[in-house]
Amino acid sequence: MSVLLQAILNGVMTGTLIAVPAIGFTAIFAVLRYPSFAIAAYVTVGGFAGWFANSLWGAGVLPALAIAFLVAGAAGVATEEGALRRLRPAGALTVAIATIAANLILENVTRFLFGNDLRGYDLPLRPDLRFADLRIGPQQIENVLLAILVMAAVFAFLRFTRYGKAMRAVADNIDLARLKGIDPQRVAVTTLFLGAGLAGVGGVLLAVDTSIDPLAGARILLTVFAAAVLGGLGSIPGAVVGAFAVGIAEELSLLAVPATYRSAIGFAAILLMLTFRPRGILGERAS
Amino acid sequence: MVAYLLFALTLGGIYGLLALSLNLIWGGAGMVNLGLAGFFAVGAYASAIVTGAGAPVPVGLAAALLAGVAAGLVVTFSTLRLRDDYLAIVTLGFAEVVRLVALNERWLTNGSDGISGVPAPFKAALGIAGFNLFYLALVSGIVLVVWALLRRLDGSPFGRALKAIREDQELAGFAGKPVLRFKLQAFAVSAAVAGLAGALYGHYQTYISPDHFQPLITIYIFLAVSAGGVGRPSGALIGAYGVVFFLEATRFVAEVVPALQPVQVAALREMLVGAALILVFYLRPQGVLPERIPPAPRMS
Repeated sequence: MSVLLQAILNGVMTGTLIAVPAIGFTAIFAVLRYPSFAIAAYVTVGGFAGWFANSLWGAGVLPALAIAFLVAGAAGVATEEGALRRLRPAGALTVAIATIAANLILENVTRFLFGNDLRGYDLPLRPDLRFADLRIGPQQIENVLLAILVMAAVFAFLRFTRYGKAMRAVADNIDLARLKGIDPQRVAVTTLFLGAGLAGVGGVLLAVDTSIDPLAGARILLTVFAAAVLGGLGSIPGAVVGAFAVGIAEELSLLAVPATYRSAIGFAAILLMLTFRPRGILGERAS
Repeated sequence: MVAYLLFALTLGGIYGLLALSLNLIWGGAGMVNLGLAGFFAVGAYASAIVTGAGAPVPVGLAAALLAGVAAGLVVTFSTLRLRDDYLAIVTLGFAEVVRLVALNERWLTNGSDGISGVPAPFKAALGIAGFNLFYLALVSGIVLVVWALLRRLDGSPFGRALKAIREDQELAGFAGKPVLRFKLQAFAVSAAVAGLAGALYGHYQTYISPDHFQPLITIYIFLAVSAGGVGRPSGALIGAYGVVFFLEATRFVAEVVPALQPVQVAALREMLVGAALILVFYLRPQGVLPERIPPAPRMS
């Protein structure tokens, strides 16, 4: 029984970490209508930006998160404006393929600068807390709280600010939004900054939990996609629900299959969801 | 030098098959396969396992074709009715899962050690130099046959229906074309060709491991097809040979930019590949050999 509870607890924690980049991915999809495979590189860039601040200036987790958000967000806007924007008329599929190329470039920029080694954040070690039979690290609790804080901020931003409302309007109906005087281009830039920045935040949370290297983002890409597809592509609350579902599913199935198959679980979840309910838990139509 | 040239041309032919495979669905029906490296791996492993169990090489190649078709059905089964972005995501995931299986199912694939001693046809009889020449001829011959068949397909009613689906799926449906069946068939054929390419690669290298099937290969092939000309088999082929040439040329990066670590040189080369793909999209999205679109017949 406690094995099961521990798995669910781990799943909830994985879910909160995955939810942050998954929101970023699904937000970019909702507004710009293409799946951005470069989200992996934004995660990596953010993880490295935070690591750099941590090891060079001794920054704690909170400032590292802020720096990662800014650096990854800037990388996202630079990629969009520098490379992807002019390809939009060629169609979503072309842009999606170009994001793979952009992902390759960004990933190799981090490899060029920092090499292939795994880097860990320099943070004080604390012993795991125990509740009855369950174990949990204080850093993990802190990560979960930080992730929840970030998500709350995102929801407040979307709900109450002008830019957030404009983003939702464009996602809903771009022509109507334009009629109302919303400039889709500015909304696109905001979305990219927010989406890539969130991926970067996710990178720091992951790196604090384990470590960071140039492929860190690529390794969680499938899980992030699974979260977004399960929740419904383009739905931000869906991405959160999907992330918890995938996180728990992963941890539960690790009781039965070897841990190396972790990302295969995400793939299986995507296939199942697309077969039986393609629009996802909270999404709109998918065909 | 000659041996090196033979190697580059053989690899160009194998990439050419992958490019033909991608061109059939991307240029033909507007579907993408971001897991091409996975289908490549499936074919290589299928043939290596079957011939490892004692079957002759042609049976191995047939097994690779079948394995490719089966893999193609797996990924298209749940996504065919959906928008094309879903197929992109699923194929990408598929390649990752193939890599995981190859790494972990040691009883079948020997894990990260890979399968060595994949039979190279007639290598003992021909000697190394003779084998290299023979294999280049074999690969080039197969490329030529596949190219001719796909070109024929391109101009056939099936090929034209695919292009109609690419341009406007709903309209093609209204015109009575069985859209889903055609897309499924196109993807299955394409996956089979990618599997065949994998088998040819395995029997050439005589050793395969999960490291041979990096996602990077998929990007090479996208570069080949978009540079050569999406929608035109000849363009895809030219693109594939061009990409091999380009990749070999980037080896000289190390000499042009001195004082770099090996890992930095590798990073620079991959950056060049990514930049090249984006540049092609910018400068010549129609490729070297643009698609030929015949004018509609006149109303009489």
